[in-house]
Amino acid sequence: MPPKTKPAEAALPADDVSMNDEPVGDSPSLNDDPHNPARMAFGEQRIRILPGSSDTAASFEFKGEDHTLGNALRYIIMKNPKVEFCGYSIPHPSEDLMNIRIQTWEGTAVEALEKGLDDLSDLCDVVEEKFIEARDEYGTPMEA
Amino acid sequence: MAPIIGINSETVTNVTSTDFPGHWPGEDNSWSLSSFRNTFNINIHHNEPLDSSFSLVAIEAVYVHNNTSVIQDEVLCQRLGLVPFRGGKEGIQEFLKWHPRKKDDGMNTVVEEEEEENTKFDYNTIILSLKIACTRNKEAEKGERDPLKAYHNAHVYARDIQFKPFGRQEQYFSGEDAIGPTNPDILVAKLRPGQCIDVDMHAFKGVGSDHAKFSPVATASYRLLPTITIMKPILGKDAEKFARCFPQGVIGFEKVSKKEAQRKGSGYEGHEGENKAVVLDPMKDTVSRECLRHEEFEGKVKLGRVRDHFIFSVESVGQWESDALFLESVKVLKMKCEALKQNLQTMNR
Repeated sequence: MPPKTKPAEAALPADDVSMNDEPVGDSPSLNDDPHNPARMAFGEQRIRILPGSSDTAASFEFKGEDHTLGNALRYIIMKNPKVEFCGYSIPHPSEDLMNIRIQTWEGTAVEALEKGLDDLSDLCDVVEEKFIEARDEYGTPMEA
Repeated sequence: MAPIIGINSETVTNVTSTDFPGHWPGEDNSWSLSSFRNTFNINIHHNEPLDSSFSLVAIEAVYVHNNTSVIQDEVLCQRLGLVPFRGGKEGIQEFLKWHPRKKDDGMNTVVEEEEEENTKFDYNTIILSLKIACTRNKEAEKGERDPLKAYHNAHVYARDIQFKPFGRQEQYFSGEDAIGPTNPDILVAKLRPGQCIDVDMHAFKGVGSDHAKFSPVATASYRLLPTITIMKPILGKDAEKFARCFPQGVIGFEKVSKKEAQRKGSGYEGHEGENKAVVLDPMKDTVSRECLRHEEFEGKVKLGRVRDHFIFSVESVGQWESDALFLESVKVLKMKCEALKQNLQTMNR
């Protein structure tokens, strides 16, 4: 019996979910390692929108994040002129949760959060670039 | 806005950042990558290379077959878990992968043993064993009181832990690169004749957020650059006292020049040739505020910190160079942003 081959197009349901592309570009080396704990976090849904939120005023709950991301993200979101208010808190020290509150003048809170994450990752690129520059200038090359 | 935080003897001023859009009329302050790129600057002050190779590997599971020593099983296991291990850099950084963490949802930490065994492979688990028994030393002098002479293996040290390579581990961890305790002389337990310890151990590569024993970082800290502004001249004996208020190298002396002494209202009149205090290196200051406790310096000095000038210090435990640690941490932060952005797409709104 010849192997069954389905025509690729035929199986698609009408209400196909649009998916976002995998982020491309200079992804860090750790990204290649599927066993990396930071990489493993990709598989999990770690953001939840808290009840009582509207489009322009929302609270987001982050699982497994702390001040490291919270404060950096709060700063960069506050730098967005469309944002009226942004704050973060860790509601309880024994729960591994971090909340971010965003209120906007225009645009939605989700958009502001997304822009925040984008800006922060751009910032990381610049920091990395400048650090490597400074290190090369300083002249103690890192052992490979 | 002056980016200086004021430090007074009992208070601090200008503490909150106001560099946000809408705070100051006519100022933009919104996030701009290009202006960040232009103003952001990194200077490396020192960078000392390391040659020891500690690791992110630590014992996570101990299987006790026999333990007749006075030290209880759980205490022994805890001690073993904290022993730092070293091994070939390539093997630990490239070959060895992180071990999947147990699902810990607060209440149910019980993992089915079978399930746990299925996750252990040569690329993520290192098997170690400690099998040691204490016996009498027949050659010892009669009446010998020193247990180390009277018995064999009276003390169990970290060096007694045996590495049991399996699978491809021989390739990466043999000879110099073998996995072994970084400090062979760590005392693990004490035994007396007839007592023995027989345990197998599984060591994993882990992350510092799970347990500090896995962390490749020793000390990481940051502070803001201190500023010292001398408002009015501090001269002669006062200058010497002033310098003693700071760590060495912060304050230096200069002779008052003829020009300065001639300028009216400068405070230097008639002091030509005397020593005046000048700030040499505020970075060395610890901001002890000692100078603010003395009457003679009142109104003559202002202390502060630069809000956007961070002095970072990263000390590595050894596996990574400290500059590599910094770069890795930036990568992790970036990866978190990317992972969370994906999460945001799949979030239920």
